[in-house]
Amino acid sequence: MEQLIQQLVNGISLGSIYALIALGYTMVYGIVKLINFAHGDVVMVGAFIGFYSITILDLGFFPALLISMASCAIFGVLIERIAYKPLRNATRIAALITAIGVSLFIEYGTIYVRGAQPEAYPDNIVPLKSLEISGVKISGQSILILVISISLMILLQFIVHKTKIGKAMRAVSYDMDAARLMGINVNNTISATFAIGSALAGAAGVILGMYYTKIDPLMGITPGIKAFVAAVLGGIGIIPGAMTGGLLLGVIESLVSAAGGSLWRDAVAFVVLILILIFRPAGLFGKNVREKV
Amino acid sequence: MRKKKLAGIFMSLMVAAGVMAGCNSSTSGDGEKGDTIKIGANLELSGGVASYGQSIKEGIELAFEEINKDGINGKKLKLVPFDNKSDAPEAINGATKLISQDKVVAIIGAATSGNTIAQAEIAQSNKIPLLTPTGTNPDVTVKGGKLNDFVYRTCFIDPFQGTVAANFAVNELKVKTAAVFIDTASDYSKGLAASFKELFAKEGGKVVLEEAYVAKDTDFHAQLTNIKGKNPDFIFVPGYYEEVGLIVKQARELGINVPMMGADGWDSPKLVELAGNEALNNTFITNHYSSGDSDQKVQEFVKAFKAKYKDKSPDAFNALGYDSAYFIADAIKRAGSSDPKKIQKALAETDGLSLVTGKMKLDDKHNPIKSAVILEYKNGEQTFKTKVDPK
Repeated sequence: MEQLIQQLVNGISLGSIYALIALGYTMVYGIVKLINFAHGDVVMVGAFIGFYSITILDLGFFPALLISMASCAIFGVLIERIAYKPLRNATRIAALITAIGVSLFIEYGTIYVRGAQPEAYPDNIVPLKSLEISGVKISGQSILILVISISLMILLQFIVHKTKIGKAMRAVSYDMDAARLMGINVNNTISATFAIGSALAGAAGVILGMYYTKIDPLMGITPGIKAFVAAVLGGIGIIPGAMTGGLLLGVIESLVSAAGGSLWRDAVAFVVLILILIFRPAGLFGKNVREKV
Repeated sequence: MRKKKLAGIFMSLMVAAGVMAGCNSSTSGDGEKGDTIKIGANLELSGGVASYGQSIKEGIELAFEEINKDGINGKKLKLVPFDNKSDAPEAINGATKLISQDKVVAIIGAATSGNTIAQAEIAQSNKIPLLTPTGTNPDVTVKGGKLNDFVYRTCFIDPFQGTVAANFAVNELKVKTAAVFIDTASDYSKGLAASFKELFAKEGGKVVLEEAYVAKDTDFHAQLTNIKGKNPDFIFVPGYYEEVGLIVKQARELGINVPMMGADGWDSPKLVELAGNEALNNTFITNHYSSGDSDQKVQEFVKAFKAKYKDKSPDAFNALGYDSAYFIADAIKRAGSSDPKKIQKALAETDGLSLVTGKMKLDDKHNPIKSAVILEYKNGEQTFKTKVDPK
């Protein structure tokens, strides 16, 4: 029983990271109908920016998190302006292939610049004690991850539903041409979406680095793909769907490991994807929610 | 395409003419002629296990410097490095390039068993000796029960490390139950685990759980939680440092405080960075060599190494790289020629060659029979525990 609860705790920590990354996928898909495969690599860039902020600039965890989010936001906008904007009216497959190209470019560009060797996040950047509740050990980091993820998700909900730019985003996702006719600056709105999604990816990168210690230029691939599965699981284009999908996937993976199938863990993520595509192609939240971002 | 080829031929003719015109003496710069002997180094200089390859290269360079002071049979050794990016297909490309383009007479490499096995076939068919400093898997030198006669190694083999670890766990640490945590993507890890389990059971211990991961994983919480549930006295983790560092760290975070043990795959400064000093306390490894060994040969090597590399203390990979260079140099000297086939024959006949990592004698499968050391991590430093001789 203790073990089961411990596994659930592990799963929720993992899931909240997936959720943060999945949000970026889902927002971008919701607004430009593009699966941004470079998203996982933005996570990697975020992890490295956080790492260098902590080791070279000697900053604490929270300033590093903010710097990483801000730099990734700019990076995300640059990617959109340079790689995706010229293809906005091209076929979707062209944009998709470009996204894969951008992803490889970022990965191997990073290797070219700094080499492929991994780095280790410094220990004890956040001096937090771990909690022990009747044999279940919850590390301070897991709690911090959960708190940061949930606050960022609440902030995102606020931006999308209560601010002007959020309204614009919802309008553009609903109908781009109509939004343009209503005087909404579609380009800026799309840029803002990329900025917000990439900032979340940057945060996820720093958190991943802190949680797993090891970062390397190809670290974004697996979490990126898992987060994509999470986004589809929840219903791509739907924000609460991405959050639920991420948490659910993390918990499923941990439970599969608990049942003795550690090596099947990654396979199960994709079995989930296949089952969802067969039985509920729109995702868990796909039918009930109309409004998309 | 055709034009390019013609241009290429023309260019190489020009270059050749230039070289011919420029040299009056016998130096033609080609592998087997002249007064240099080219040795290839097909190593993991970047990628997942870059620290192994770089350490080995440092060792080889130091040894070549020393050897070249007097030369071998009036010739000097020249190292031709190739970075195989810790990747098997790339290691194959490297072996082909070193043999056909650079015309080396022997190749040192690779650091891992997998990358050595990948290029063994090429060394065999081209009849060029291949010497792995640290490829400890038994299958490196044999293929389908048949000896790869051109493939050699400087290190001992996995079953030996596994049995040393099991012996140490039962007799020194006095543990009764153990969990084994294996990297299923690695022959090295599986081989060590198999020999550990066999001897551990024979000595009266019980393996309560076997968990697995795959190289490049970063999240081990789930498997470690399973291990914690079985409450073993000891955990054997025969993996490579990139994953092991994270495993040790995450295990300690989950409150698993029992001794953990691994083998030479742990030996990297990165391990300490990844796991942190504190988490590494109460962990042990079997290794080829320790700089804390009081043996005179070892101390001389440590001194020379520190003089060359800014006071850096040499690890086992440095030592094995260094020894591999001397192993080959000795064979070339005894062969009295730089003909790869003669070098191969001389390598096989090596007996009693004294090296930093012990006296070298090969058995009929090209496996050196020599001693292992056990090291303990104390506050991030490896400390010498004991030396174990083969039975």
